[in-house]
Amino acid sequence: MPYGIKLHVSGPYACFTRPEMKVERVSYDVMTPSAARGILEAIHWKPAIRWVIDRIHVLEPIRFQSIRRNEVGQKVPVNKVKSALKHRSLDGLRLLCDQDRQQRASTVLTNVAYVIEAHFEMTSRAGDGDNEGKHLDIFNRRAERGQCFHQPCLGTREFDARFRLLDPAEAMPPAITEDRELGYMLWDIDHASAERSAMFFRATMTNGVVNIPQPGAAEICR
Amino acid sequence: MSGLTNRYDFVVLFEVINGNPNGDPDAGNLPRMDPETNHGLVSDVSLKRKIRNYVEFARDGQPGHAIYVQDGAVLNEKHREAYKAIRSEQSTGDKLTPKDDAEAILLRQFMCDNFFDVRTFGAVMGTGINCGQVRGPVQMAFARSIEPIMPLEITITRMAATSEKEKDDTKRSDNRTMGRKHIVPYGLYRAHGFVSAKLSERTGFGEQDKELLFEALANMFEHDHSAARGEMTTRKLIVFKHETALGNAPAHQLFDRVRVGRNVDGEFRLPGERGLDNLPPARAFSDYLVQIDRDGLPTGVELIERL
Repeated sequence: MPYGIKLHVSGPYACFTRPEMKVERVSYDVMTPSAARGILEAIHWKPAIRWVIDRIHVLEPIRFQSIRRNEVGQKVPVNKVKSALKHRSLDGLRLLCDQDRQQRASTVLTNVAYVIEAHFEMTSRAGDGDNEGKHLDIFNRRAERGQCFHQPCLGTREFDARFRLLDPAEAMPPAITEDRELGYMLWDIDHASAERSAMFFRATMTNGVVNIPQPGAAEICR
Repeated sequence: MSGLTNRYDFVVLFEVINGNPNGDPDAGNLPRMDPETNHGLVSDVSLKRKIRNYVEFARDGQPGHAIYVQDGAVLNEKHREAYKAIRSEQSTGDKLTPKDDAEAILLRQFMCDNFFDVRTFGAVMGTGINCGQVRGPVQMAFARSIEPIMPLEITITRMAATSEKEKDDTKRSDNRTMGRKHIVPYGLYRAHGFVSAKLSERTGFGEQDKELLFEALANMFEHDHSAARGEMTTRKLIVFKHETALGNAPAHQLFDRVRVGRNVDGEFRLPGERGLDNLPPARAFSDYLVQIDRDGLPTGVELIERL
């Protein structure tokens, strides 16, 4: 596997929401491949490349905490924006948060640290000027300097991720010595299809390491 | 409006004196706490609410500074009427999505141009697929107290009864209703935030908006006094300005330069250090010392002490 990278990410909280429990969010035990991809894309991404996650190392014990917050139950209705745009008036275009309040609990992970092992592939949108070396250099340079497109997060934006690039020669930080069946876990969303369907895989943590199936692998179910 | 050309990371230190900075709906409105360490917490959304409220006060009616997610309490009746009128007119239940990408961009643009909070924090728009997610450049994390907090439960009484029935209740003595208040005698909290220059280009969050954001962070508690909050004040606002849009150093390295410890006769001691437990609990900002390491800042990073 050429062009692989290892990124150490950590933070006091994380919420990798299970799709079946997202009204009152419950996090997966471990970071999902799609969340890992999001972190890498926050540092560097171009349409010419596609990040592929190989392995996720879990470095801290899996522990949960519950946080309940006041949230709003509505999204911004498009037709209201349309009518405001048409009438050039903001009247009525607002969300009254105390009248549309939902108190929702989130069961989030606390004190997490992972190493993401990943590589990227070139896509059909790569131009003449794109090659693996260039994008790898850009990513490594940014990650080393702490540069990012936006601050990466651990599942949701309020839980910011600290990140550090692991040198290829550097020893892998020890993962937790635990085996766990994680059940069906979200692999990623199929953004290429019109219905943006979710794809799952049967995740198993062996000695703190979750192996992620490659795109197109038979383990990935829809 | 165009975006920023510099990335920013910031640290906010704020205090609470005899108040409840952020109640936990799960725990009967007790101050939020980390159950493992007893550190006090204030959620990101609580702080964002205060920024929105400040901007609404400070820039009321100015174009481009409307607030989308509003606190009903500050709305006047006229607004409420307008809201109701729109609501009933729309109860047809039709789901509408933008016709095409061009229209979706137009709608997003309109929201960003007119609403400060959409431009700053982003918003999820609409019912259609990907028709309008605005990801804002400003991201805030949970605030955490420097030391464990010790909430107090204060029992209070009210002389009046709510209803005739309650008044006649023989078990109540002197028609008194008992209530409870939860306060933190003193807590110094620390919050971290991030401003992405790259995302600001997309929403049009410009230099003036950035200034307004920092103004709001410095003053947000001045206009949020209430019976529950006690005395809350922003004590420090330390901004790290990166020379480039992508940034010049990892945020956590910059945050580590701001250290908050106990003041032991003018001497700096990190929280949790041995011997500190013999000290009386902190009850004022002067019981803490803030050390800012300005030496050897990474090249291209400027430290600005806004407060």
